[in-house]
Amino acid sequence: MPDMLSWPMIIGLIIKQFWPVWAALAVTFVASIRFKRRLGLYGKLFDSPVGMMGFAIVMFWVFTAFFAPMIQTLDPLAQFGNAKNPLPGAPTPEGSPYGWFLLGGDHLARDVFSRMVAGARQVLIIAPAATTFAFLVGITLGLPAGYFGGKLDTGLSFAANLVLAFPVILLFYLLVTPEIRNTGIPVYLAAVLFIFPVIFFAVLLNGRYRTNPPRRNLYVGVTLVFGLWAYSGLAFNMDPLGVWGMEPNLLNVFVSVVFVNAPTVFRIVRGIVMDIKSRDYVAAGQTRGETPSYIMMWEILPNARGPLIVDFCLRIGYTTILLGTLGFFGLGVSPESPDWGSTINAGRKILSMVPHPAVVPALALMSLVLGLNLLADGLREESLKD
Amino acid sequence: MTTWDPSQPILEIENLSISFFTRLREIPAVMDFSAKVMAGESMGLVGESGCGKSTVALAVMRDLGKNGRIVAGSIKFKGRDLVTMDDEDLRQIRGSEIAMIYQEPMASLNPAMKIGAQLAEVPMIHQNMAKDEAWALARQIVTDVRLPDPDRILNAYPHQLSGGQQQRIVIAMALMSKPALLILDEPTTALDVTVEAGIVDLVKALGEKYGTSMLFISHNLGLIMDVCDRLCVMYSGEAVETGDVVQVFDKMRHPYTQALFRSIPLPGADKNARPLISIPGNFPLPHERPEGCNFGPRCDYFEAGRCNAGAILMDAIPGDDRHASRCLKWKEIDWNAPPAARIAKPKSPIGKVVLKMEELKKYYALSSGAFGGGAKKVVKANETLSFEAREGETLAIVGESGCGKSTFAKVLMGLETATSGSIMLFDENIQSTPIQKRNIDTVSSVQMVFQNPFDTLNPSMTVGRQVIRALEVFRYGTSDQAREDRMLELLDLVKLPRAFADRMPRQLSGGQKQRVGIARAFAGGAKVVVADEPVSALDVSVQAAVTDLLMDIQRENKTTLLFISHDLSIVRYLSDRVLVMYLGHVVETGTTDQVFQPPYHPYTEALLSAVPIADTKVIRKRIVLEGDIPSAVNPPPGCPFQTRCRWKSQVPGGLCDREMPPMRTLEGGHQIKCHLSADVLAGMEPVIKSAAE
Amino acid sequence: MLIFVLRRLGVMALTALVLTFVVFYLTNLPPNLEKLARSEGSVRMTDESVAAWIEQNGHGGSVFGRYAQWLGVVPGWTYTDEKAVTRGRCIAQGDDPALAATYCGVFQGYWGQSTVFKQPVLSELGGKLAATGWLMLAVMLVMVPVSLVIGVLAGMREGSRTDRVLSTFSIASTATPEYVSGVILVALLASPMTGLSPLLNQWGVIEGKILFQGTATSAMDDITFWNFTLPVMTIALYGIGYIARMTRASMTEVMTQQYIRTARLKGVRFRDVVMKHALRNALIAPFTVIMLQFPWLLNGVVVAETLFNYKGFGWTLVTAAGNNDIEMLLGCSVVAVFVVLVTQLISDIGYVFLNPRIRLS
Repeated sequence: MPDMLSWPMIIGLIIKQFWPVWAALAVTFVASIRFKRRLGLYGKLFDSPVGMMGFAIVMFWVFTAFFAPMIQTLDPLAQFGNAKNPLPGAPTPEGSPYGWFLLGGDHLARDVFSRMVAGARQVLIIAPAATTFAFLVGITLGLPAGYFGGKLDTGLSFAANLVLAFPVILLFYLLVTPEIRNTGIPVYLAAVLFIFPVIFFAVLLNGRYRTNPPRRNLYVGVTLVFGLWAYSGLAFNMDPLGVWGMEPNLLNVFVSVVFVNAPTVFRIVRGIVMDIKSRDYVAAGQTRGETPSYIMMWEILPNARGPLIVDFCLRIGYTTILLGTLGFFGLGVSPESPDWGSTINAGRKILSMVPHPAVVPALALMSLVLGLNLLADGLREESLKD
Repeated sequence: MTTWDPSQPILEIENLSISFFTRLREIPAVMDFSAKVMAGESMGLVGESGCGKSTVALAVMRDLGKNGRIVAGSIKFKGRDLVTMDDEDLRQIRGSEIAMIYQEPMASLNPAMKIGAQLAEVPMIHQNMAKDEAWALARQIVTDVRLPDPDRILNAYPHQLSGGQQQRIVIAMALMSKPALLILDEPTTALDVTVEAGIVDLVKALGEKYGTSMLFISHNLGLIMDVCDRLCVMYSGEAVETGDVVQVFDKMRHPYTQALFRSIPLPGADKNARPLISIPGNFPLPHERPEGCNFGPRCDYFEAGRCNAGAILMDAIPGDDRHASRCLKWKEIDWNAPPAARIAKPKSPIGKVVLKMEELKKYYALSSGAFGGGAKKVVKANETLSFEAREGETLAIVGESGCGKSTFAKVLMGLETATSGSIMLFDENIQSTPIQKRNIDTVSSVQMVFQNPFDTLNPSMTVGRQVIRALEVFRYGTSDQAREDRMLELLDLVKLPRAFADRMPRQLSGGQKQRVGIARAFAGGAKVVVADEPVSALDVSVQAAVTDLLMDIQRENKTTLLFISHDLSIVRYLSDRVLVMYLGHVVETGTTDQVFQPPYHPYTEALLSAVPIADTKVIRKRIVLEGDIPSAVNPPPGCPFQTRCRWKSQVPGGLCDREMPPMRTLEGGHQIKCHLSADVLAGMEPVIKSAAE
Repeated sequence: MLIFVLRRLGVMALTALVLTFVVFYLTNLPPNLEKLARSEGSVRMTDESVAAWIEQNGHGGSVFGRYAQWLGVVPGWTYTDEKAVTRGRCIAQGDDPALAATYCGVFQGYWGQSTVFKQPVLSELGGKLAATGWLMLAVMLVMVPVSLVIGVLAGMREGSRTDRVLSTFSIASTATPEYVSGVILVALLASPMTGLSPLLNQWGVIEGKILFQGTATSAMDDITFWNFTLPVMTIALYGIGYIARMTRASMTEVMTQQYIRTARLKGVRFRDVVMKHALRNALIAPFTVIMLQFPWLLNGVVVAETLFNYKGFGWTLVTAAGNNDIEMLLGCSVVAVFVVLVTQLISDIGYVFLNPRIRLS
């Protein structure tokens, strides 16, 4: 039976365990720095130390999520032995696939390190996806509200403010419960929220190819077929081919997070549109008889991309925090799930005695959000230059 | 303080070089600049944007920001070197000995502080004056800058004043501690011409009153001539010619100065017989400056192997008062030879009526108060606008801010619909048809060229793509290839290289962007083009080229050009007929000659007199209007111009206060909206006279 | 100005109505009511008796009707059972039905009865709110001055070393949500096994086993530095970073304005440029942000109270939500919505007040 590991050994083994991540990071950085002058805003990121640091942290977690099966030492869901909360570096029972609990174990003797790595995968799939949906909803509604103004704007802004006036926790307690799943409300919400991406892409292509009907019909048609197919699966779990689908409780969490984020995106987009719409190139579009949808999608939106990209990074971080909050209150995806919020929640009861089960995922979550914030800061700084 | 001999220069700049440091490289902004300003003298710094004139001013203030640094040379103020001065001494000089006046008055006043506090601060810092005393002094200086009701103004916040008043406050602030040197950085660029004239007069008078020396920075040669004794012409970071204003204007000894004068529309220039000559090529970027003479690549007298051999120094011109030129060949050039490149162009014939407006009115409903609600107010942006424009004709619409010229453009384009009246395009009434309902032919035949070159192109689409999009919308051609070809032809038409098709707008200069804007406007074979101040944001040397291009395309396509502008020099140069607008009303209309000769409408007269002319042989009558342009939201009763009119006393019975004057037709179809009697009108003298007469 | 305030108040009232209705609807969903029936009646009730219980206890009928009853604009429900005992919304246990009021809702000051705490919602909530009030006050006292100072110091010389250090700190603190900072703070400062406490104890710096207390339950009776520091720090940390970044952004923007150059070139000292010319303009944006921070602060309060077991508003909210205490949850929502709306109003009015450009035009 192996001995307890000392801290330097633990750190050494962890660094070794992450080797695919280090390799991938090295490749990314060498390639990006070599070609940074040709890569636009992304390339300029490598001129800013803050941005580079943020990017490195974010990519660390992205690669960790990607290579999770290679990195984790033990099955994140399995129990190893019956010792409660083994300390970091403690040996695992005889016959385990790996000799130690690198960062200790939790109250069910599951490996904390492996759960953290597996949790990265959960977080880095849900958070960016939910943020993307929130952006598509916010953009699709914010563009016309800012561009047309008037009653439409008043109405949409009022609705957005309604959602924003809700304390997030309360909203989650109301929206993410097993009872609400029985009433079908998450599905209705999904039905509303998930249609926006389809509308967005259809309008986008229609505006661009309006002058060429055959091509327009082809592109918009393909978008609609593909979009509605995914829509039927994701929102109603009725995909005839069974490719698209989401667990009911995952759908519930996902929809709530999109619902909370979309109004903020809406407000940001609306503000930018009101600024850009007074530009001469918008007037030039109007004077040559462009449709409002073309002007919004092709004249305004591309020029709003700077602040939106920055906010996108920040918002992924914010969504990660929200998902953690859900987990912290036990409203997460499932109690078994290794996602960081739920793990923190499970570990906090014995926090003052055995901190490691809660501290490890807490630090992981913090570093990811920190990386995203630094990245956003770097992007903002670089996009403001020249 | 060291003793300073008043016969010595107050400001002496020697071999000053300034660079900005970016992450990638050092960018030299000013190189080897020398100048002397004597006591009571005013020195003009003139040049195009990016030439380094503002950098010199900021260097005198030692306020170059984080990245800027003085790399060589000295700036001596009253014998003390500012370059090596420590921060505390510098602070005591700023504001008390050297004061500065800025381009944008609104931005240079603190929005959250009362005017009085901002003024009183200066003597409180520098003379340790008590607060009451300082406020009393502020009140007196406010009176000095000829602002009415000083007590109200002292207690006001900056946004409660108009642009002209704000600039007067900035001037007052600079004068609070009677500085020895005043630096003015484009102090009137953001103001309307008639307001500018008042400010210029004030600056001159106060300069004389207090004996202040001035460093006056401007891109406008005419303004420099009005204000300054001496000038220094800058090009691409270097002083190229310096000397007494009259000597430089009449006897220029540097090719750039000459080219600059040939590219500005002075009286006598004519688009057909004596067209302007633009300077070929582009302003070099700071890190791409050529070896030797910076102006070399654009110079007519360039001699390879000599002009680009090495650094060129300032060379004094003997016989003149401190006149010097940075040109190797100034002794060889025949400065009186007429320009070689001037080609007279045929006058294009004027055809049938294309566009006809009758009794057009556009009112806006405005809600009063910042928070909405309250009574609705009506803004009369355009009042009974009638005119005709013919094929191949250039009709200029002249007026200052708030006169309604932009509203008129919007209505014509169909972005807004008129309240009443009719707009006939060919034989079709398009007055109440918004742009979405117009058919493609109508839309493509009325197009627009916009004012701001940095705003006219979508920054995230290639140049070619933007022109192709216009072709697509106008249903030109049947294939992508046909449109691509046509796009390249259009680039040829506006004299841009075909390779520009793949460029992004940020890679183009202002003039180039404006050319793309013109190409886009002509994509659908436009018959009527509205050009809304198309060159006002461009540098003078580029202005001529863009104006010329517009004229050429017009000749070729017989386009009707509606040229909206506030710049009377350019209007006189290129237009066939002129429409003068004030507060939504057309106050005068006629052919260019009729409008620029008496009888005038009093407003036209003031406007003409306000425009500075860079020609020593022209004598201009000074008419300075009182006050500012009234707000269009709250126009004065009766004649809109009555609040500022100097002829008002000639109309008996206070008619101007009560009644809107009728439009009167004088001989030759010249129309004036004024109550003045025919005798008075006939007795008006011309504003601009040639000195020879 | 008056019209503006009235209009804002109108919009606020409408928002409050819509929001409370949404909360009412979501808390009174049929599954919640069934759960309530089973917990109030008996766990083994048949589906029919559950339906009957719901019907007989005023939870039947349209949701709008029930909402109106809850508001107090329609008469409260009554039910007379087979023993001729009349029960009803407005009839307290054992009172004479004939003497009871017809209307009893939020407008009449009756917020219902908490099923978990067995107390009227209003009185229960009042005590809890007071506890939270102290917490919020302490948080504000720490958060606002610290964040403003950090923001102004960082923003006044953009790109300086001070700026870099302070900005990094603010970014790090905004990246640390309450449940993370709480966990780390406890592990670091309040654990007898790890972090600083064992070390400090060993060195004899502190008497007890831990530097700060990891629960704040005792602060309910007696607030001390020892038991209150961690919850306050936990909530304040996130806000400090956020407000400091806003202040810094606003400050750097103001510092590049031309009027700051004007002041500098007037010969104003750098200190006075910051204090007299920049500060007021730079604080307009953070003020609104601080006010709009309240909804988020509410979040932090809920997390911190749960984590440190401090029985205030947030703890009540979690308990009520976890135990299907419908009336209590509704009460909590009303308070939360009210707080949010009032802070929004204050933020709007404050913005107008601070900004002379808007105030006087």
